[in-house]
Amino acid sequence: MFYRAAGQFKTSYRADQALFPVRQDAMLLGFILILAWVVFPLTASEFAFQTLLIPILIYSLAALGLNILTGYAGQLSLGTAAFMGVGAYACYKMVTLMPWMSPVVAILLSGVFSAGIGVVFGIPSLRIKGFYLAIATLAAQFFLVWLFEKWAWLYNYNASGAIQVPNLQSFGVYVSGPQATSMVQYYVVLAVVTLLTWVCINLTRGTTGRIWKATRDMDFAAELIGINLMKSKLGAFAVSSYIVGVAGALFVFMWRGAAEPNLFDVPLSFRILFIAIIGGLGSILGNYLGAILIVGLPVILGVLPEVLGMQTDSALAEHLNTMIVGALIIFFLIVEPHGLAQLWRLIREKLVIWPFPH
Amino acid sequence: MLHDIFIAPFADMIAAPDFLMQVLWEGLVSGILYALIALGFVLIYRSSRIFNFAQGIMVVFAALTLVGLHAMGVPAWISVVLTLAVMFGLAVAIERVVLRPLVGQPDIILFMATIGITLFLIGFGEIIFGGENKVMITEELGIPTGSWTLEPFGGLLILEQKDVTAVAVAAMLVVGLLVFLNRTQMGRAIRALGDDSQAALSVGISLRTIWVLVWFIAGIIALVTGIAWGARAGVSFALEVIAYKALPVLMLGGLESIAGAIIGGLMIGVLEKLFEIYWGQPLLGGNTETWFAFVLALIVLLFRPQGLFGERIIERV
Repeated sequence: MFYRAAGQFKTSYRADQALFPVRQDAMLLGFILILAWVVFPLTASEFAFQTLLIPILIYSLAALGLNILTGYAGQLSLGTAAFMGVGAYACYKMVTLMPWMSPVVAILLSGVFSAGIGVVFGIPSLRIKGFYLAIATLAAQFFLVWLFEKWAWLYNYNASGAIQVPNLQSFGVYVSGPQATSMVQYYVVLAVVTLLTWVCINLTRGTTGRIWKATRDMDFAAELIGINLMKSKLGAFAVSSYIVGVAGALFVFMWRGAAEPNLFDVPLSFRILFIAIIGGLGSILGNYLGAILIVGLPVILGVLPEVLGMQTDSALAEHLNTMIVGALIIFFLIVEPHGLAQLWRLIREKLVIWPFPH
Repeated sequence: MLHDIFIAPFADMIAAPDFLMQVLWEGLVSGILYALIALGFVLIYRSSRIFNFAQGIMVVFAALTLVGLHAMGVPAWISVVLTLAVMFGLAVAIERVVLRPLVGQPDIILFMATIGITLFLIGFGEIIFGGENKVMITEELGIPTGSWTLEPFGGLLILEQKDVTAVAVAAMLVVGLLVFLNRTQMGRAIRALGDDSQAALSVGISLRTIWVLVWFIAGIIALVTGIAWGARAGVSFALEVIAYKALPVLMLGGLESIAGAIIGGLMIGVLEKLFEIYWGQPLLGGNTETWFAFVLALIVLLFRPQGLFGERIIERV
């Protein structure tokens, strides 16, 4: 009923290959964009901005970056958090060395540095595959976090060893630091996320995306049909690390406000991997669904006892939270190993033919 | 600079051979523990191609259960037996709830499921046992706690007796495991399942029994590791980080090889200690142990993509 495709005829191959084969898809996306750009910012409270809207967007962006590498190009990576760290530290160095630089430009440029580092740590992927590669990316994870801690130049020789986000203006409005308002930060994050998502959708639909998918499905066969594996794999590492680096810069500059090296430790990498896998590998939409689940769930679990009028101490709630997240991961893997995106695909197919079964 | 890298460390080693031996011994002991964790990984990987990330938390869980039971007033050896029963229950539960519905899924899904198990056990363990550091019941288990002092080259070398015990027990465990895998019917079934699961199923080997069995054996290994490491550093969730150390050991030794796990563990234990003491602390500001093993394994993998002892990876299109 909602998705009735009757009457929408395709008269050219081009139209058939279009981004939205069914008109309602475009309308749905427009609706979501209006929600994200107009309705949420006008209605959201400070709490909603800080615990839901901004983190969900940032986590989905990081998961999107990982998904390009793992879901599309098939190279399993466990070092995502470290590349986020590279982006954050690069951004911090840029805005402190060049204070005249607009923070938004700095955030977009910081991804370039993490892309460079990503390519360096991606070189082993030409020889190492599967779990061996996953552990090899852990080398990047541990080495980079150690470097953030020991290389004092990175945090400007602070006594605390942490980076503090300064107050920065762009077009006369405070964008980062304690003086920036949540709504401005939300719009910056949203703009970056929208832009990069748009780029990724088109990248994965075109030649590049198909080359990545061929590499993922069987790299030897891909090589035999003339795909340059080095370009394809390292390209995936570069694009993925760029997005992850930008997400890292946003993570610190638009949300956390300060960062210590151990913020970028392994648990963050796994969190992002959860989002990508529960959302669905090889899907763009899945990252958002996964992030909503993984970020939103602890918030709900944290608020729930209060709503129900129960007294719990915070430590117990946190442990219970860990336990429930672990159980839910297993539950979702069993119920739908292809992720929430696949679930949406099934619902959509049902909706298209509803209310008739055939 | 070059002098600091290539000459000074070796001069230090020659100048104080007793200190070098102490460093080597410390490395060897932690290497044994890495090897034990890696052994749990290898066993499960060989029989089911599951990359079991939860091995580290199983070590913590086993040690916490043991200490917790003893704190409730259960005699030491009975709590060991009870802990083994708990680990068996855990193996059955994991097989029943997690693995059975996921049979035949891609490797990465099963890997994620073991991370889910890890999170679950962390939360569960924290609620039941609490997060604070506990003392392992070393003496109650009859493990000697004294130390031997040797004097090689006119210097001083201290061997803690509990470390020696740990090495001896680990060696016995490995020998026992090898005998079990190579000489008993069950052991052969495990290896058969690892070689070709379809063929193994068709000759009547039960996948479910074997999976419970290997997870139980991994649980036993986890308990031994937990006792040995807990005797050195106390029992807490910080132990979980040593699970990460087992990963480069696996890469270095090869995912399928038991010998590889042992030799890789010892190599990494010794080399990372040497690097930390002679290069890391003077030149790099210390704490290099967090990444050295990974970088070493990465370099080895560039030359041998299947690790030192792993099965050769043959790909067909």
